[in-house]
Amino acid sequence: MASPEQVFTLLASRVRTEEKLIMAAFERHGASFDHIDARNFFIVSGGLGPAPRVVLNREIGQFRAGYAAGALENAGATVVNSAAATAVCGDKWLTTEALRNRGLPTPRAALALTPEAGLAALEEIGYPAVIKPLVGSWGRLVTPVADRQTAAAVLEHVAALSSPQSHIVYVQQLVPKLDRDIRVIVVGGEALGATYRRSPEWRTNVARGGVSEYCELGQENAKLAVAAAEAVGADIAGVDLVEDGDGRVSVLEVNHRVEFAGFQAAQGDRVDVADRIVRHLMTRAAS
Amino acid sequence: MSVAVCPECDAEVAVDVGTRVAEIIECGDCRVELEVIGMDPPVLSQAPEVEEDWGE
Repeated sequence: MASPEQVFTLLASRVRTEEKLIMAAFERHGASFDHIDARNFFIVSGGLGPAPRVVLNREIGQFRAGYAAGALENAGATVVNSAAATAVCGDKWLTTEALRNRGLPTPRAALALTPEAGLAALEEIGYPAVIKPLVGSWGRLVTPVADRQTAAAVLEHVAALSSPQSHIVYVQQLVPKLDRDIRVIVVGGEALGATYRRSPEWRTNVARGGVSEYCELGQENAKLAVAAAEAVGADIAGVDLVEDGDGRVSVLEVNHRVEFAGFQAAQGDRVDVADRIVRHLMTRAAS
Repeated sequence: MSVAVCPECDAEVAVDVGTRVAEIIECGDCRVELEVIGMDPPVLSQAPEVEEDWGE
């Protein structure tokens, strides 16, 4: 898979701004790396080695990312983020549980094993609420429900989906937030900075047209974001914080393959995210 | 800068020197998303559709 002197591997099936910035940072540091396209990746049980020593897992598909991380770790590689962190961050329920177990503020949520049970769970959580797919990102198929009637209709559609996993329902309290959320990027236990993400619609995902603006990162939010990254076991994390009308801040989600193009543009020269990622990988390689 | 052919509409697509394999670019003519599958010389194919589990 890699030559013995090869230290770093970037695993990604899609090269976007973030991956290009990371590759450029590897080159600036004179760090030898290769790029493996996850679509061509396979590994034989028992390992034919030598495995790359440090793998930055930037695979865009959650299932591919999870299996690759586990297989590479088993073959002896250090994978960033780890397989465990990838599994937790890639699943909304596991993220909720990890945050709660650490005592961190996060919106109330419930897991229901059938769409029918989802309706009962929503009564417990209360309206307005949000029905979310367990796996998925960019705000896709995230549906706000204002009342039982709407929820019943949405859950009827959920029940008609073909994948058994789609029938596991995750519901979450809808936080009456401001028209923005806060994205904090954490690398190696340090919060690098923050941006506001604003959107004309209720979802603020940049993939949905949300816009990133510089945000002064306060000590409390920095501490909360670092704790959230630790709670899910992520070396590199994009932590989304949401602030309600009374100024209370809670952790909405933690992203393990953080997209930072908008964040970087908003930060300007204040921080170089790709550089910090590569420097962190170099630290991991030396340990 | 090099030039490659759009597999969708046969238009010429400019490919910058710093472009990486697996990067997505857009055809200026038909606006389809294209994946760079080779750089020496540049070769383009239609970009894969977004899958359900994609994200950050």
